[in-house]
This record gives sequence, C-alpha cells and structure tokens, in this order.
Amino acid sequence: MNSVKIIEIKKSVFEDNNLDAEALRKELKLKGVFLLNLMSSPGSGKTTTLIQVINRIKDKIRVAVMEADIDSDVDAVKIKEATGIPSIQLHTGGMCHLDAEMTRQGLDNMPMEDVDLVILENVGNLVCPAEFDTGSSCNAMILSVPEGHDKPLKYPLMFSICDVVVVNKIDVLPYFDFDMEKCREYVRMRNPNTRVIPISAKTGEGVDEFASWLLEAVKNWKKH
Amino acid sequence: MHELGIVFYIIRDVKKAAQENGVERISAVVMNIGEVSTIVPEYIMDCWRWAADKEDLLRGAELKINTLPAVSYCENCGMEYETVRFGKTCPHCGCEKTYLLRGNEVEIKEIEVPNQ
Ligand SMILES: Nc1nc2c(ncn2[C@@H]2O[C@H](COP(=O)(O)OP(=O)(O)O)[C@@H](O)[C@H]2O)c(=O)[nH]1
Ligand SMILES: [Mg+2]
Ligand SMILES: [Zn+2]
Ligand SMILES: [Zn+2]
Repeated sequence: MNSVKIIEIKKSVFEDNNLDAEALRKELKLKGVFLLNLMSSPGSGKTTTLIQVINRIKDKIRVAVMEADIDSDVDAVKIKEATGIPSIQLHTGGMCHLDAEMTRQGLDNMPMEDVDLVILENVGNLVCPAEFDTGSSCNAMILSVPEGHDKPLKYPLMFSICDVVVVNKIDVLPYFDFDMEKCREYVRMRNPNTRVIPISAKTGEGVDEFASWLLEAVKNWKKH
Repeated sequence: MHELGIVFYIIRDVKKAAQENGVERISAVVMNIGEVSTIVPEYIMDCWRWAADKEDLLRGAELKINTLPAVSYCENCGMEYETVRFGKTCPHCGCEKTYLLRGNEVEIKEIEVPNQ
C-alpha cells in the first residue's frame, strides 16, 4: 500500500477573492468612485430600472455602466442609447458570477477619473454573486413581483448582503398574490438594515426614491 | 456552471500551496463542504475530473468531500438546531428569528501527496 503525506491547508475558497475585493474597495474609496453592484434573477428588470434611474441622476453626477449579465452587448447598447452615458460590456464567458478580479479588469477599461458612480449589472443569478464580493461600495438587488414575496426565505445569503432591495414591477401587483408587508418582514429577517424600495420601472413609480437613495449613498462615499 | 468556477479557485489555491511546499504531484484534495453551501457534490466531482486532468500537478488526483452539518441559532431562546431538518423555524420555541451559524463552508482542508 502506498503511503501518503498530508499537508494541511484549511483555507476557504473565497478567501483570496475577499482580500482582492477589500483592496479594490479601498482603492475606489481613495479615487472617490462609488461602485454599485446590482444583482437579480434574469429578467427582474435590472436594465429597465437602470435606464430609469440614470436618466434621473445623470445631470447631478457622472455615471457609467458595466454590463456583465449576458454574453452579448444588447443591454450595454440599450443603456447607451436610452441614457447617453458610457456603458461597456464585460465578457464573462458564461461564468455564473463576477469576482473582484474580473470587476477590476472591467474598471480598467473605464474612464475612472471622469466618473462618480459605476453601476455593475451583475450576472442574473441569486446564488453565487452573493458569495463573491466584487469590491462594490454597496450591494443592491431587484426582486420582481412575479417572483413572489417569499424569495428572501429561499435565497437567504443574497438578501443578507444587500443594502437595498428594490421590489420591481409593482404595476402588475393586482395580478399576483404578492404580499408587500410579508416581503418587508422576510427581508428584515435576513438583514434588519436593508432598505426596501417598491418601484415600477415601466411606469416610473417609486424610481425617485431609489434615485435619491443612490445620490445620497454616492455623496456619503465621497466625503473625506 | 457554478461548480466549474469553484473548481478553478480550488486549483489555483492548490497550485499555490504545492509551490510553497515544493510538491510536484498531488494524489488527492480534501474539501470541507457545508450542507447548505451552494455546491452540489455530484456536479463538483464532474467538473473536478475534467479540469484537474488538464494539470500535470493534479492528473488523476481524487477530490474527497467531507460534508459538514449545518447548524442554526435561535435569537429568541438561544438554542441551536439542525438547519436542514427544521429550516428557519426553531424546533425548541417555534420562533423564526434564526440564523445560520455554520454549514456554508467551501474550504480546502488538506492535500495528499504520494510518498516516493
Ligand atoms: N410590467 C413590467 N415589466 C417590466 C418592468 N420592468 C421591466 N419589465 C420587463 O421585464 C423584462 C425584463 O427586463 P430587463 O430590464 O431586461 O431585465 P434584466 O434581465 O434584469 O436586465 C422586459 O420585458 C421589461 O420590459 C416593470 O416595472 N413592469
Ligand atoms: Mg439586463
Ligand atoms: Zn458562480
Ligand atoms: Zn428558539
């Protein structure tokens, strides 16, 4: 029988990424650039919401977008056309999440001296983007009404890391048995500090509140 | 697929450890994986075989998985319980103010190196 030597490692697979992310966050803070990591399931309305929000804030701060959700430039082009702000496409090669290193590579292709806010549209997935810190200043996710109010119970980690949960597509509330109060309660269970903002990216209802939250967050980030 | 991405992280960490320890061949990598981590053991095994065999260091190396139990804590009564069996409701007091203590680990425990 062949004997083996055992070398103990005892290291989390996420450790290196967590360190990379922390370093990136510090660097962005020094540069005065706020990075918003926007996550959701596919089709919850990330791109539509971004267009609405950006058109409300682009005269006040300088915004740019990095698209990682899908492996074509459809969303990046849509955002550029609808808002006129710079928007680039990251090629994730079908990966299910972005890590800090990929985020940094994306930022290297952005005019960092000329922006206050970079929004990352992350890969549409509620599982692993929650485990991989991108180095973002804040995490936001979009939960759309058709997905149901019990999503925070099904994806606890995702909800626990988010500073804001945007509940989108409230224009279709009459057709679904989505309970907003229950939703707020479940989100609170995962993270008592998370803000819940109901919106309709279609009608524009509630988008002002999300836009003000974002402007305030960017302002605080740029202080000292 | 998620597991393939994770396998690439494992390979990167293992290569680094091998270099630090002057190891040229690895016969097995032992992982600690929590019951409620996002890893599906069957998927990660398939991804491992495919990716590991592309590396000289890891050709033929086995991936061994230790499953760690998930444990939740109840803020209301202060007791711990098995997460997978009872979910988010504390079996001691029925309260839902509970959170996961452990069970989402994805950790490289050790590597096994053949003795010459
Ligand atoms: N009814 C309704 N549909 C919406 C709303 N927001 C987005 N959608 C639709 O949902 C689909 C997916 O939106 P999109 O922004 O591409 O989602 P993404 O994949 O998360 O970027 C599109 O058909 C949108 O028109 C909304 O507030 N109400
Ligand atoms: Mg999109
Ligand atoms: Zn992933
Ligand atoms: Zn209890």
